[in-house]
Amino acid sequence: MIEQTPVLSKAKDESRISAIARFFLSRWGIILTGVFVGVLAPILVKQGNPGNMGICVACFNRDIAGALGLHRAAVVQYIRPEIIGFVLGSLVAALVFREFRPRTGSSPIIRFLLGMLSMIGALVFLGCPWRALLRLSGGDWNAILGILGLAAGIGAGVFFLRKGFSLGRAHRAPHALGWIMPAMMIGLLIMLLAAPQFGRDAAGNLAGPVFFSAAGPGSQHAAIGLSLGAGLLIGFLCQRSRFCTVGAVRDLIMFRDMHLFNGILALVAVAFVTNIVLGQFNSGFGGQPLSHSDGLWNFAGMVLAGLAFTLAGGCPGRQVFLSGEGDGDAAVFVIGMLVGAGVAHNFSLASSGAGPSPYGPGAVVLGLIICVVLGLTMREKVTV
Amino acid sequence: MENPKLVNARGLSCPQPALMTSRVLSSVSGGTVEVLVDSATARDNVIRTAEKTGWKAATEALSDGSFQLTLTK
Repeated sequence: MIEQTPVLSKAKDESRISAIARFFLSRWGIILTGVFVGVLAPILVKQGNPGNMGICVACFNRDIAGALGLHRAAVVQYIRPEIIGFVLGSLVAALVFREFRPRTGSSPIIRFLLGMLSMIGALVFLGCPWRALLRLSGGDWNAILGILGLAAGIGAGVFFLRKGFSLGRAHRAPHALGWIMPAMMIGLLIMLLAAPQFGRDAAGNLAGPVFFSAAGPGSQHAAIGLSLGAGLLIGFLCQRSRFCTVGAVRDLIMFRDMHLFNGILALVAVAFVTNIVLGQFNSGFGGQPLSHSDGLWNFAGMVLAGLAFTLAGGCPGRQVFLSGEGDGDAAVFVIGMLVGAGVAHNFSLASSGAGPSPYGPGAVVLGLIICVVLGLTMREKVTV
Repeated sequence: MENPKLVNARGLSCPQPALMTSRVLSSVSGGTVEVLVDSATARDNVIRTAEKTGWKAATEALSDGSFQLTLTK
């Protein structure tokens, strides 16, 4: 796209970018972020989070959806403080480094749909890209096919991007827009701490508005302070370093650029060591926590997730961090994930430890068709 | 002298700014290419992409919060 140079005054010389900011943007900055995630996630498991699920952006959004009554899977309902911390940590980093920039308008409804589809794909595999890497580092070899599927989905997304796929330009928005997601997270934190129970069903039994699992993965969690603190730290670091598990593979395929990939390599290596140190490494295909061994649908579920994430511009973690720095479109994607989790459980699409549900594979195929149609039709003429 | 080529990637999310830039850079042997982006992430990605192929990048922050990158080779 070739245009006239706009007439705008030069505000300041960007070479004065601070040394700290420069460090986080360096290779060591992204590696340090991966190291922190790789240490903290297994510690969160040790302290109570579900197995190989120290952090899972998909599973945690699914738990939040359940806690808010968007689905009725009683075993996966909890307001995960890690997600709250991700948004607020990113917000703090963006404010401190003057990168809080409210914006919106880049096809929000498409991003909502991609959020839903990515969640459905992730719940057929049973994990987002973060958990796929953490499952691998805990010895769950079922993750290998999931990661291969993820890479295949990202590869398909790169194909569409090269063909001109675009969700269009975002524009600046008033500050209030950027504060919506952080404010919602504060609301969630209050709901977590207060756990209001004023709803009643027809028989007079307690019925929400907040639901917490009494058993199952939703009941397994580290202390709120630890989860929130880890989330805040990771949110801060990831906003600074632009850590993205999907961008890592995408940039490798698209630009032969290893930068972000260094972060996920560090994550897997350090989480592997931490799991061994904590006695949590258990290799094999069978008997892995919260996973199934159906290779085909582990693969295909993550093809859908990887494609949807790539079309939307980043992994679920990255979408959460972007929503914290004011990106209203990323926030809509995250809300799409919440609704997608509700759909995945209400329509019995999510897998269980026994394997895929009867309806999950059909949903994955339908989701892939939708993504391909979007990939071919949401285009902007590339004139360069 | 020919005006520098300008890539307007404002408002676009990653990886589009870097993709558009790399396409323009590979279409010319050298000279000056100016890129407009409006996020620090896009700024850093474009610079990284350009520097990989031997271009030098100078950045200026504009008063509207966007960045003008001048790539030369």
